[in-house]
Amino acid sequence: MSGPSTRSVLEPSPWSQRLAALLVIVYALITMIPLVWIVLTGLKTPPDAIAYPPKVFFEPSLEGYVNLFTARSRQAPEYMASLPPPTSWYDELVRKRNMVITGPSRFAERYLNSVIIGFGSTFLAVFLGTIAAYGFSRFKVPLKDDLLFFILSTRMMPPIAVAVPIFLMYRVLGLSDTHLGMILLYTMVNVSLAVWLLKGFIDEIPMEYEEAALVDGYSRMQAFWKVVLPQAKTGIAATAIFCLIFAWNEYAFALLLTSGEAQTAPPFIPIIIGEGGLDWPAVGAGTTLFLLPIVFFTVLLRKHLLRGITFGAVRK
Amino acid sequence: MSEIRLENLHKAFDDFVAVRDANLTIAEGQFFVLLGPSGCGKTTTLRMIAGLEIPTSGRILLAGEDVTNRRAAARDIAFVFQLFALYPHMNVRRNLAFPLISQGVPRAEIRTRVAEVARLLRIEHLLALPVRGLTGGDRQRVALGRAIIRRPKAFLMDEPLGALDAEFRELMCEELRLLHDRVGATTVYVTHDQVEAMAMADVIAVMNQGEVLQAGPPSEVYNRPATLFVADFIGSPAMNLLPAMGPLAPGADHARVSGAEIAIPRLRDGLAHEEAVLGARPEHITLSDNGLLRGHVFGVEYTGVRQIVVVDTPAGRVRVRSPNTVRVSAGETVGLEFSKDALMLFDRRSERALRSEQVQGAGNG
Ligand SMILES: Nc1ncnc2c1ncn2[C@@H]1O[C@H](COP(=O)(O)OP(=O)(O)O)[C@@H](O)[C@H]1O
Ligand SMILES: [Mg+2]
Repeated sequence: MSGPSTRSVLEPSPWSQRLAALLVIVYALITMIPLVWIVLTGLKTPPDAIAYPPKVFFEPSLEGYVNLFTARSRQAPEYMASLPPPTSWYDELVRKRNMVITGPSRFAERYLNSVIIGFGSTFLAVFLGTIAAYGFSRFKVPLKDDLLFFILSTRMMPPIAVAVPIFLMYRVLGLSDTHLGMILLYTMVNVSLAVWLLKGFIDEIPMEYEEAALVDGYSRMQAFWKVVLPQAKTGIAATAIFCLIFAWNEYAFALLLTSGEAQTAPPFIPIIIGEGGLDWPAVGAGTTLFLLPIVFFTVLLRKHLLRGITFGAVRK
Repeated sequence: MSEIRLENLHKAFDDFVAVRDANLTIAEGQFFVLLGPSGCGKTTTLRMIAGLEIPTSGRILLAGEDVTNRRAAARDIAFVFQLFALYPHMNVRRNLAFPLISQGVPRAEIRTRVAEVARLLRIEHLLALPVRGLTGGDRQRVALGRAIIRRPKAFLMDEPLGALDAEFRELMCEELRLLHDRVGATTVYVTHDQVEAMAMADVIAVMNQGEVLQAGPPSEVYNRPATLFVADFIGSPAMNLLPAMGPLAPGADHARVSGAEIAIPRLRDGLAHEEAVLGARPEHITLSDNGLLRGHVFGVEYTGVRQIVVVDTPAGRVRVRSPNTVRVSAGETVGLEFSKDALMLFDRRSERALRSEQVQGAGNG
């Protein structure tokens, strides 16, 4: 039998708390290792990147980043010697490998495409999702349950399963390799998630608030804007992050449907070819930059996300 | 400030009838209380008046105008919700100002009116605070403030004291009534608490299962309940309801309660079948050796200067309100004497009161 304890019965014992913490730390380390390795690779020189055994300690270099953003060409040593002295640090870095910068690479363009398509589709999915969720939550919609199930069912197989029909359809409609096409595609995939998540959040907001606004002289639309939306902020933020993560990271459709004009970063980064095959530091640098926005928004909204993911116990 | 009239108001949710054919007139400036047990349709009635629910049939007139199908925003009625529904993302000041903003009231006037209402409700010190941290009483005041700031045609309040502690409720009860007397607006107040209703109302309407059973001043509803339900629901302890033998002819002045002939006010209505009920408030029965109905004391509940003596009789358990000076002990045999003029007779089958020389056609019977 245990002696007298000051601990509440609901509180886990210190040992189980410690064990839980240990598990979380181990899990975090395991998932962090690939990320750390990517960031480190981005800061290595090409020889260091493919050194065996792998180098954990090395002299950091920005070569990967320079290679990522530039197109270069190899020149004969005689030509290199005839050049005037380098005008910038990156010129110097490139010349060490007997190359000269011939212009910017396409990375910035691809990155901008990712931003346009990722944020555009997220905005659209969250916008449509909010309106639909509000409707489903508040009004008598004929066949409501069937419709909701139908919306959910669009998520029941991996979207890539319909790749071929979409590929053909997009070709006919002229949507292949366009920003609009990719925005619509990602919106389509995300909107079902958005409707379901947001319906949960809006269901949590008691109807009385809107009704109070209605009797206070506001129209339904005004009540939605001034009373419902501010309270759904948390849910909207959480939903937006989930949508953004999907659209930002999507690889298969991007590879299939885009090649030039609207190509996003994910299909572009792995094909950064350098001297003697893949330019690993440039790939590492590109991946690092690619991860930044998601990390930034997730950290920025982490409080909302936590509350968002654990919704159900939100208020009352 | 206006009269509200409900004509044959009916509300069904699919097959379930929440409000059945309600007819009520709420006079201008009246403090009108809708009283009934939980689930009887009070909130639904109130929501129909506010325009938050569309009636299945019937009409709602506000100041003589038919507003049955007018949207809530255009009715100029204020609603105080059961859990107050203060906008959680706004501070107190903005909550109060919100109804004025929709009307396009100029900023300077909003400021003076918010200050005015805050002074009236003594919440000036709360204006800058978020509503999340407020106590129940303060939330209540803010909700009231948000209602009165607009000077609407009528106030609707849905169990506004239900969320408060018992001791605080009494205080707010008084404050509410005072506020009403000061502002003078037509008020429909919903509650399931008969004590609250009796304390505040000009007129009480008692509802059960979607039906308005009786509407009248508290004294009338208390003394002359129109149905068995009202008799049982109002008063604490409730009216004693004892089975009496029918049939009763019009003009009868006695009723037989388990063998005892009890004098009653002369009946106007007759009762063709056997199942009558004699209703007597505990304060209209006295313990007396001459009492015709006899029983033995089951127990005594002390309530200050009065006590409730519980007597088991052949007709059932009877509660008698008597002064503390009368000493009785459990098991003792006592007789019960009834104050004739205060007695009521009911038809057990229709559950309605029979008219007598004391009871005109009470309620809407
Ligand atoms: N929107 C609705 N849909 C279906 N039934 C409802 C709805 N609103 C109320 N009811 C039913 O109508 C009855 C009366 O409800 P209500 O007016 O809220 O009662 P009260 O306020 O007197 O407790 C209840 O039985 C309730 O279940
Ligand atoms: Mg109610």
